[in-house]
Amino acid sequence: MARTITYREALSEALTQEMERDESVIVMGEDNAGGEGAPGEHDAWGGVLGVTKGLYHRFPGRVLDTPISESAFIGAAIGAATAGMRPVAELMFVDFMGVCFDQIYNQAAKFRYMFGGKAVTPVVIRTMYGAGLRAAAQHSQCLYPLFTHIPGLKVVLPATPYDAKGLMIQAIRDNDPVLFFEHKALYDLSGPVPEESYALPFGEASVVREGGDVTIVTMGRMVHTSLEAAGQLAAGGVQCEVIDLRTTSPLDEDTILESVEGTGRLVVVDESHPRCSMATDIAALVARRAFGALRAPIEMVTAPHTPVPFSGTLEDLYIPDAQRVANAVKTVAEYER
Amino acid sequence: MTDDRIVAVTMPKWGLSMRLGKITGWNVAEGDDVSAGDDLADIETDKIAGTLEAADAGTVRRIVARAGEDVPVSGTIALLAPDGVSEEDLDAAAAQARAVIDAGVPDEAAAAVVESADVGGRTIRYAAAGQDGEVVLLVHGYGGDRNSWLFLQEPLSAGRRVYALDLPGHGTSAKDVGDGSVGLLADAVLGVLDAIGAVGGPGGVHLVGHSLGGAVALAAAAREPGRVRSLTLIAPAGFGAEVNAAYLRGFAEAQTRRELKPVVAQLFADEGLVTRQLVDDLLAYKRLDGVDAALRTLLGTLVAADGQTQRIDSAAAIAAIAGKVPVTVIWGSADRVLPAAQAEAVAGAVRRHLIDGAGHMPHMERPAQVQAAIEEAINGAP
Repeated sequence: MARTITYREALSEALTQEMERDESVIVMGEDNAGGEGAPGEHDAWGGVLGVTKGLYHRFPGRVLDTPISESAFIGAAIGAATAGMRPVAELMFVDFMGVCFDQIYNQAAKFRYMFGGKAVTPVVIRTMYGAGLRAAAQHSQCLYPLFTHIPGLKVVLPATPYDAKGLMIQAIRDNDPVLFFEHKALYDLSGPVPEESYALPFGEASVVREGGDVTIVTMGRMVHTSLEAAGQLAAGGVQCEVIDLRTTSPLDEDTILESVEGTGRLVVVDESHPRCSMATDIAALVARRAFGALRAPIEMVTAPHTPVPFSGTLEDLYIPDAQRVANAVKTVAEYER
Repeated sequence: MTDDRIVAVTMPKWGLSMRLGKITGWNVAEGDDVSAGDDLADIETDKIAGTLEAADAGTVRRIVARAGEDVPVSGTIALLAPDGVSEEDLDAAAAQARAVIDAGVPDEAAAAVVESADVGGRTIRYAAAGQDGEVVLLVHGYGGDRNSWLFLQEPLSAGRRVYALDLPGHGTSAKDVGDGSVGLLADAVLGVLDAIGAVGGPGGVHLVGHSLGGAVALAAAAREPGRVRSLTLIAPAGFGAEVNAAYLRGFAEAQTRRELKPVVAQLFADEGLVTRQLVDDLLAYKRLDGVDAALRTLLGTLVAADGQTQRIDSAAAIAAIAGKVPVTVIWGSADRVLPAAQAEAVAGAVRRHLIDGAGHMPHMERPAQVQAAIEEAINGAP
């Protein structure tokens, strides 16, 4: 039965239900158990933002606190996955992914291909992303395009509590390595979530608002920014269709193309940097496959091509907001050849 | 004081969780004369879009809520009144109604209480509307849930206690359906009757079942006819060989929105009722663990081994309640799942209502007519 819970609780519930269902599911990462070996209460912390809180006592021996060595524990998780476990490893901030990148893109992503389909790597790497927490340039990035670029990885960015639970369950049951991106600003977001387990298939975008004038394609936190803009624009008579990609790899091309074929106008909203991003990728897809339908140039709303500023004033300017989205929509809606 | 000849048209409550409805368009204007059953306004909730039909005849004198406006449930959206009512009285009533709309949804608006019963080790969930009075239990069909009755449960509950349950494998009830037999599903119905204390005699229940739920309600009535005061069957299963087996298989097998939407469209005469939200809600249900297996098992209950014809045969059950429980049959004339001609095969039915222009879901497409038919069955029960 659906009740209202937070994004954080939805993730925790997905982990709990899958650990109950399947003994091969284990959780590992820095402070996931709350500082085993240190004085004080177990489970006090449960990850930086508390997603794994409570799992340590509930599943003895299956929640592993790791040293601060990403290359070691991400490598261990990937190895355990090839040997029959289903590890969910938490790599705190995606910004730190560089120190274990070889394990991810050159090992995990390649096993199934290089071993002729005989090896599977059912690992989930959870990580936080995004600006807005005054955490500066090394703790605020949106690096999902880097992973979307690599064949063999699946990349998931839930925007709602419902999607967070269903996509996490699918990520755990999936036989390929999954990069699971959780936006820091969404953990306290509440929404209806069924008590029961359910898996949401990858590669299926969600049309979160229907409209016939302009298509907005977006993902992660920017879904909410786009919906806010769409709500403002509707009052002025511009109806936006807002598409939440939910996964960037695999990408639901059909839903994007079908929508643009109806509206003829596209705005892509992506919190990441503008070059080699989801925004450019989707703009290219639509320019190539729906050129005949386009009635205006494609607009992109992204962060600027700079590191995330530490100054709060600058950080607020850095993150795309509803006003910028609305301006971009007006630009394409009012465009005339 | 307000002139009591003024009749308020109010925002309906479609589904127990509805608190607010948006008027997407008016089909009448001030000065129009309307008859009961006329389309007044198109209304949209976060779940569904529908048309509000006039409950009374009269002249539309004031339209209070504008198109595009959100109105709390039971808020007055228009006023009907005969010519004799003065403009001043209408303005005063409209101003009062306007204040309610402007105030928005009251915070204390109560959420529906969902109760549960353990039946044979399965959790069966059900929800009630209304307070004291005749007890009614609504039983949905294959792939539906208690929200299938969203246009009926509240309206029927004036002076009655109206329950709707989720059958095993459906909604929020346990997803395990065992052998998937009609008998097992009827156990759930009888289990809910136990839980709500519907024992028999004056404390008996008026059962209403749709499609598979019709066969299930009938099977429950055949087992314990003394507890059932009336039985209303809406496009029930089990009254002929013909069935749209492709629809049933398509529903069980659809994995994506693209696959599911054209399947669900076959349920309705007006395919415009199949909103994205309706399809998304069904998809969310189908993706719950255990639902896929439940729907496939129940498919074997519905469709015979030849893959073409109905497996359920309700003839013995209808014979078993002959002379004990009055039966009403309701069918949509444009039903594309079970043909309306099968209504004639329901032996001994005291009333038959053919709902013109409705498909397999007359309780969603023509709720006011179905409500009237159900109330006739309830009021006519011995």
